[in-house]
Amino acid sequence: MINSGYSEKLLKHFRNPHNLGKIDSADGVGQVGNPVCGDVMKLYLKVKEGKIEEVKFETYGCAAAIATSSVITDLAKGRTVEEALKITKDEVIRELDYLPPIKIHCSLLAIDALAMAVGGYFEKRGLKKPDGLGERMEMIRKKDAVKGCETGE
Amino acid sequence: MDYAATTPVDPRVVAKMTSYFTDNFGNTMSMHHWGREAAEVLEKSRETVAGVIGAKAGEIYFTGSATESNNLAIKGVAWANREKGKKIAISAIEHDCVEESAEWLKREGWEVNKIGVDKEGRIRMEELLAAVEKGVIMVSVIHGNNEIGVVQDIGRIGSLCRDRGIYFHTDASQSLGKEKIDVEAMKIDLLTASAHKIYGPKGAAVLYIRQGVKIEPWLHGGGHEKGLRSSTVNVAAIAGMAAAVEIYEKEGEAENRRILGLREKLIEGILGGIKGATLNGSRESRLVNNVNISFAGVEGESIMLRLDMEGIAVSTGSACSSKSLEPSRVLLAMGRTPMEAHGSIRFSLGRWTTEEEIDKVLKILPGIIKDLRAVSPFKL
Repeated sequence: MINSGYSEKLLKHFRNPHNLGKIDSADGVGQVGNPVCGDVMKLYLKVKEGKIEEVKFETYGCAAAIATSSVITDLAKGRTVEEALKITKDEVIRELDYLPPIKIHCSLLAIDALAMAVGGYFEKRGLKKPDGLGERMEMIRKKDAVKGCETGE
Repeated sequence: MDYAATTPVDPRVVAKMTSYFTDNFGNTMSMHHWGREAAEVLEKSRETVAGVIGAKAGEIYFTGSATESNNLAIKGVAWANREKGKKIAISAIEHDCVEESAEWLKREGWEVNKIGVDKEGRIRMEELLAAVEKGVIMVSVIHGNNEIGVVQDIGRIGSLCRDRGIYFHTDASQSLGKEKIDVEAMKIDLLTASAHKIYGPKGAAVLYIRQGVKIEPWLHGGGHEKGLRSSTVNVAAIAGMAAAVEIYEKEGEAENRRILGLREKLIEGILGGIKGATLNGSRESRLVNNVNISFAGVEGESIMLRLDMEGIAVSTGSACSSKSLEPSRVLLAMGRTPMEAHGSIRFSLGRWTTEEEIDKVLKILPGIIKDLRAVSPFKL
């Protein structure tokens, strides 16, 4: 085996990701990352009465990017959109037991993708976004537009 | 299938080496008979290695690694000839140890010209000529590239440099044994080669330095290797390198033919069986054992990991397996997009690669790529 520094749990998610695919008429879609840096994450949400009823993902990237995508869909499912915004990268990492330092940015990408998808939901419905979400989305967009790739270390 | 990273030591080489650990273990600098015997082994090994590249024994200097040889060549020649001009040229597809040595020189005030490559990975001769016109004192171009396997026209570059009195260094770490090398005919002034890429041990490498080349040592001390590389000589590893070279002399031709057949089967099978797969680097001017392919829409580390789960070891030009997150600069230099570079996989074949292994890759790889494309938002 490659000494990838990946945990057993991460490799499991990589091999058999949960909630893979797309939702055709999604209520919110979020895409983050940059192909130049080797990761692009796309999340699709189906929201019913403020709750995330269904969530799917498509990810281009390394095993850590695929595994963190899988984990964020598990964490988001069943939560209200407001609760979903509170998920931290540390929660994502905890679900995987461990993430190598160079891959921390993947856990950030995952929570960012969710924030963008939730933001997309508010915009699509014409609802007022919760405090701070607009600014957060702006920051994520700026980060993805920057040349040069950050490891999140 | 990662022989370009390193090779296992051939058991015949191991057999030759063992006595130099236990019985004939002397220090080559000692005057007593143990020392003299060790010195004899060292000099015989020097002759063997010199013979295979058409050099004189006195022009072969043993070092501890190809990285050390390349550092010594780049920094040592630049330093010793700094009064002639602080300008050198290297190709854009050098191994990190040449690239970083040149970057270090740059920080120390040297001008470093980078020679670009075309989309096949071949040196752009017009850029080389432009660098030469600028008055560089040394040119370094890798013979067989470690990532894409492209073999450069070293003889042509050598003549061009020799005609103008410019030192020419080539890193032949990947090509020794696989490509014919003749330092005289190819007009090479300095050449790096390594034991652990040719089924010899780690810890032995050479720098060939043509007689008369001015070079400054970096390791000072007891004056080993004619004062150019002080360090107690690693006789066992050097004897191992010589043994590895001897095996190549006897069996290299047949072995290379066999591996070339496997390489072509692998390339054909992948390009024919998987959509969106492209070969990186020239197919004609290519090391017999290198296959480097980009898979559209998927990322290399994921492919590598999935192959590893099936017991197949490869490597990738993807940033995700590096420390920087930047994709392979070699592939970018060829004009590949960052995504193509991220999606690249290098298969490197060797002495014990079997046709069954090639068949296994061809059987499981399409499914892996299909799976990963299903995960990816980028569809073909």
